[in-house]
Amino acid sequence: MSAVSLIRAGAPQGARPFERHLLGPEAWSRLPQALAADPSLALLALWAEPGMVHAAFLDEAAGAPLLASVPAEGGRYAALSPARPGAIRFERMIRDLWGLVAEGAVDLRPWLDHGRWPVMGPMSASPAPMPGAEPPQPAFLPAEGEGIHQIPVGPIHAGVIEPGHFRFHIQGEVVVRLEARLGYKHKGTLSLMLGKSPRAAAAFAARLSGDSTVAHGWAFAAAAEAALGLAVPPRAVALRALMAELERIHNHLNDWGFVCNDAAFAFPHARCGLLREGVLRACQAAFGHRLMMDRVLPGGVATDLAPDGAAAILAALAAVEAEVPALMRIYESHASLQDRVVGTGFLDPAHAQAFAAGGFVGRASGRRFDARFMPGYAPYDLLAPPVAVEAGGDVDARVRVRVAELRNSVMLARRLLAELPEGATMAPLPEGGGEGTALIEGFRGECLAWMRLDDGGLIRGVFLRDPSWLQWPLLEAAIEGNIVADFPLCNKSFNCSYSGVDL
Amino acid sequence: MLWPRLARALLAKPLTDPAVAAPAETVAALAERLAATARARLGRSLAIREVDSGSCNGCELEVNALQNVAYDLERFGLRFVASPKHADVLLVTGPACRNMAEAMERALACTPEPRWVVAAGDCAVDGGVFKASYATHGGVGAVLPVDLLIPGCPPSPAQLLEGLLALLEAEAEPRKK
Ligand code: SF4
Repeated sequence: MSAVSLIRAGAPQGARPFERHLLGPEAWSRLPQALAADPSLALLALWAEPGMVHAAFLDEAAGAPLLASVPAEGGRYAALSPARPGAIRFERMIRDLWGLVAEGAVDLRPWLDHGRWPVMGPMSASPAPMPGAEPPQPAFLPAEGEGIHQIPVGPIHAGVIEPGHFRFHIQGEVVVRLEARLGYKHKGTLSLMLGKSPRAAAAFAARLSGDSTVAHGWAFAAAAEAALGLAVPPRAVALRALMAELERIHNHLNDWGFVCNDAAFAFPHARCGLLREGVLRACQAAFGHRLMMDRVLPGGVATDLAPDGAAAILAALAAVEAEVPALMRIYESHASLQDRVVGTGFLDPAHAQAFAAGGFVGRASGRRFDARFMPGYAPYDLLAPPVAVEAGGDVDARVRVRVAELRNSVMLARRLLAELPEGATMAPLPEGGGEGTALIEGFRGECLAWMRLDDGGLIRGVFLRDPSWLQWPLLEAAIEGNIVADFPLCNKSFNCSYSGVDL
Repeated sequence: MLWPRLARALLAKPLTDPAVAAPAETVAALAERLAATARARLGRSLAIREVDSGSCNGCELEVNALQNVAYDLERFGLRFVASPKHADVLLVTGPACRNMAEAMERALACTPEPRWVVAAGDCAVDGGVFKASYATHGGVGAVLPVDLLIPGCPPSPAQLLEGLLALLEAEAEPRKK
């Protein structure tokens, strides 16, 4: 039986708009083998509730997500990691948060739990108090060979960036193996959302990863709206998309500048920083917050566009549009810069496919996936911008995808402003419960939100999956064989979120 | 392509915003915390080490923006350094995550005295929305001795600058009455 039909044979649970099927442990245990035989079913996420494990897949042939669940009898379930390498970190996270063990898993070392919380399995039905022992030393995967030594980096890094530990095994100048150890920023975000209404919990989605606050806020709101069967006013939909495109623009500008800066080429960094500042100030003028945090709420948007907001946004966009071509020519015509970015940090398209990497990381390695068009959602069904794809897989390809997207987003934001529908910006949330999922394309890739509301409309189960889950492991693959000094450059070209995956 | 642009930039008016003023009350409060000897050692320039104790990364975006040409931090004698060993200020963002507490303490231990600890952002001030979590200790003050709080979610570059300038002002010679 194919993996898709195996899942569809499970009892449908009434989740909207993508159905979730409940499988028995026996059917689920056949899933790894079926998945291995069917590479077109991409794993998007794996998470849990007390006693139950959920998986979200993307059926790439049908262009639609598909959800599956299995009860974890005796706290155990069959691991998917033998068939989907992207499952490894999810399985480690599920054990740390819910205490459920993946049988046959590739890797079951702790992930988020560093032995420093007061409880074990904080999201399980009955969290056990943590024995007040000395936190254990982390174990890293070994690398053997002549002259190999280790460089430990972090959790606190030299720049103004998020904390995480990188363990390099190097031979001479060359990286033989990189392993990231994250989880330092674990804030217990998911547990804080339980028992709250979607309105009250939206603040946590907006703070899962601050640079993607609009995208995660939107995904969370859309999941709540799907669960409740609520249609959002057209003006709110357009304003959400406008904010999402502005978020894409300011992040792409930021990272493009930083990539150049990490190659010791300061000019584009200075100019991108200034252009980005212009965009942020326009966001402040238009929506009352530079990063547009808490502006997307379940039901619509918190603030309508300020009266002079459109003019401020258009002026910032005009400045970006006017300068990007010249900056691109400078980027392309300086051999010292090109020498650093071309061929560096090559991500094999086969790896990108195996991990179902989204966003510019996937698209720069030939994976044409953008949630705005597959599964697609309003208002992009009417806008249909081009998808930028590169085959190179190196730092340069990731930059090129982002610059192309930057230009598309400027165009999209203009159209959204020009065709902004009139009317309300918020609809009241209906009473009742339900289950919903949403995929929203942030600047990094698709943000997934899932939630289950009880009949009183309170959150009983929730998961927010940042695209970085499937991109972080690929950074480890991309850096292999590069010199240590190129790590900052490679890392910036991925720019994965730490907070987004640390939860 | 690059050189003509650089030349034009040299002749054009600066892109940098005018300076903001440090709030007098904050300056006075900070000055009281500072011994005269420390004042002489710190002088009119501060090296800042940013430590993220578990932020959502929103605060980092604004701290980074502080270094763009519109704010141009270095004109005030403020600059970011790569190691706490070179720092006069630990600028801490995010709630005090339990998984980061040891790293925070070690960063403080590496920072030579006299030094300032600044908690920037609502999370750093008191844990913000994450204060009730099993995974945090609350605000930065639960782990480190904090001298200055800069609220905001995230604080804007202008608010961050105001706070940092207050540190500089506090270090200036006290005015003769
Ligand atoms: S204060 Fe706000 S922006 Fe800063 S870390 Fe906390 S939630 Fe993020």
